[in-house]
Amino acid sequence: MSINKTLRKGLAALAGGVAVTTLMAGTALADPAIIYDLGGKFDKSFNEAAYNGAEAWAAETGGNYLDFELQNDAQREQALRRFASQGANPIVMAGFSWTAALEAVAPEFPETNFVVIDTVVDQPNVQSILFDEHTGSFLVGALAAMKSETGTVAFVGGMDVPLIHKFYCGYAQGAKHVDEGATVIENYTGTTPAAWNDPVTAGELTQAAIDNDADVIFAAAGGSGIGVLQTAADAGVYSIGVDSNQNYLHPGSVLTSMVKRVDTAVQTAFNEAGDDATFQPGLLMLGLAEDGVGFAVDENNESEISAEQMAELEALEEQIIAGEIEVHDYTTDGSCPV
Amino acid sequence: MDIDLILSMANATMRLATPLLLAALAGLYSERSGIFDIGLEGKMLASAFAAATVAAVTGNVWLGLFAGVIVSILTTMLQGFASITLKGNQMIAGVAVTMLAIGMTTFLGQTWFRQGGRTPQLSGDARFAPIELPFARELADVPVIGALYSDILSGHYILVYVAFLAVPVTAYVLYRTRFGLRLRAVGENPKAVDTAGISVTLQRYQAIFITGILAGLSGAYFSIAQGAGFGNEMTAGKGYVALAALIFSKWRPVPVMFTCLLFGFLDALQIRMQNVELPLVGQVPVQLVQALPYILTVVLLAGFIGKAVGPKAGGVPYVKER
Repeated sequence: MSINKTLRKGLAALAGGVAVTTLMAGTALADPAIIYDLGGKFDKSFNEAAYNGAEAWAAETGGNYLDFELQNDAQREQALRRFASQGANPIVMAGFSWTAALEAVAPEFPETNFVVIDTVVDQPNVQSILFDEHTGSFLVGALAAMKSETGTVAFVGGMDVPLIHKFYCGYAQGAKHVDEGATVIENYTGTTPAAWNDPVTAGELTQAAIDNDADVIFAAAGGSGIGVLQTAADAGVYSIGVDSNQNYLHPGSVLTSMVKRVDTAVQTAFNEAGDDATFQPGLLMLGLAEDGVGFAVDENNESEISAEQMAELEALEEQIIAGEIEVHDYTTDGSCPV
Repeated sequence: MDIDLILSMANATMRLATPLLLAALAGLYSERSGIFDIGLEGKMLASAFAAATVAAVTGNVWLGLFAGVIVSILTTMLQGFASITLKGNQMIAGVAVTMLAIGMTTFLGQTWFRQGGRTPQLSGDARFAPIELPFARELADVPVIGALYSDILSGHYILVYVAFLAVPVTAYVLYRTRFGLRLRAVGENPKAVDTAGISVTLQRYQAIFITGILAGLSGAYFSIAQGAGFGNEMTAGKGYVALAALIFSKWRPVPVMFTCLLFGFLDALQIRMQNVELPLVGQVPVQLVQALPYILTVVLLAGFIGKAVGPKAGGVPYVKER
């Protein structure tokens, strides 16, 4: 009872706040909105990719968009309701933790179109975008095994959740595909959302892996990954970035980045999902064939990857697209064959 | 257990114990003088941010360290002013300082650098590099001593050595100098000290000044030695762990060092226990492994140390006359 009351009071206060902000900002209706996940807008990784997509859209169309950075899990529904009642359309959410909040809020605003990245919410006004992280991770795993001299490669994940196991599993399969005897060390920075923003622990995990002979380390840890890349650069071994192209952070040490084109997904969503004519509710899978995932090659790392290795990776990519190599997806059955 | 693993563990223990040790010693000076210091976390955070900011802007790690220490001293003095001169509640002052630091660092970081509260990544001279002790290379092949000296003792950041040197220095100051005697006295019986004609207020300010320096070193360690740049709330509750270590060792400098080493060891163990098959038990879930340091802390604190009695006048503002 009292909780209900407090909630109602909170909502009333919130609605008041919204009215004031709307007045002050004079926001036009139907601006798109994006809400980043914990880890922050500038994590140089997943959320930053989403931010870059929104910025690219703004630069291209000259439009305005709204955005919000979560401070804690409790703000999810609030933020969603606020944007929805403010008339934002579409509302894009980056992150797998949005399932519960969106399932609650989406039916309340049937006129608003929602796009959620990295999870599936089955509602008529929601588009869910998933990426084939396992195939992209497979390719960087293969490259890691090609470059490794010790035969040991490592993986540092962020929060210990199935999505990150999916990265690991693809990576391990790729490494073993190239070098059957390869050892793959698996680590996670934590079990709470704070694990996305803990570069010190991630650096320690990396150091422990290096002490165990690992010489290529794949970071799939959002903002914590910065600590992995830093430690690897300090120790003079290779690292692999994730989500955004992180090659520029430590040229020569970051071997490549497993890019997940969250930016393109956000940009497309901003362009299409606001209009019911182009909005496609349901599930959208982006894989190697759609350029949704892949490995980044630019002037910072092209000298590290030889022509033969490049050719081999491209061959692997084609085989995966053609279905000749099947990369197991951890999230389908919660287990990894390697 | 092979030798490489032991060396790697020992090194990690030293690295992880250092910020705890500096912070716990910082707390020791303050609490021994009768000022409960729950604001260690805030000072460390403020210092970590100031150090990274100045190091990033000037490219000089020493200026960064200096800035970190200065900001930590200022923060401590603010807290001290509230709890010594204004005779406010020491717990509230400490919590307030911590909350202020959490908010201010993120806010200023975002305003200045626009990277979500982070400072830019530091490299080269903007960051401490590990120090190789003299003759480490030559001695490396000597059995046992060589490994001990060149693999474990050598190759750490300068702040690691400072932290461990601060232990005997603190013990000496506390038990063998006039300053130390007075410091302990104001924490136990300020009335007696006052009667002897010594200013309790001045003595307490002197104590927390040292607290500020040490907490500043501890915070700077996070951002310009162990890490390369500031991240939001990067001290991750280590200030509270240091406080636990301080109570656990009953406010004595040498036991503080061993407690911090124990906590550092548990942390290092936690990192290396992930996905390891143990005999009989099999693979331990990551969640349990990561909770291990905290579980052990609770068990040790609750069961093994007996009664931890703090300085008698701790937490009580000194009032001359009513």
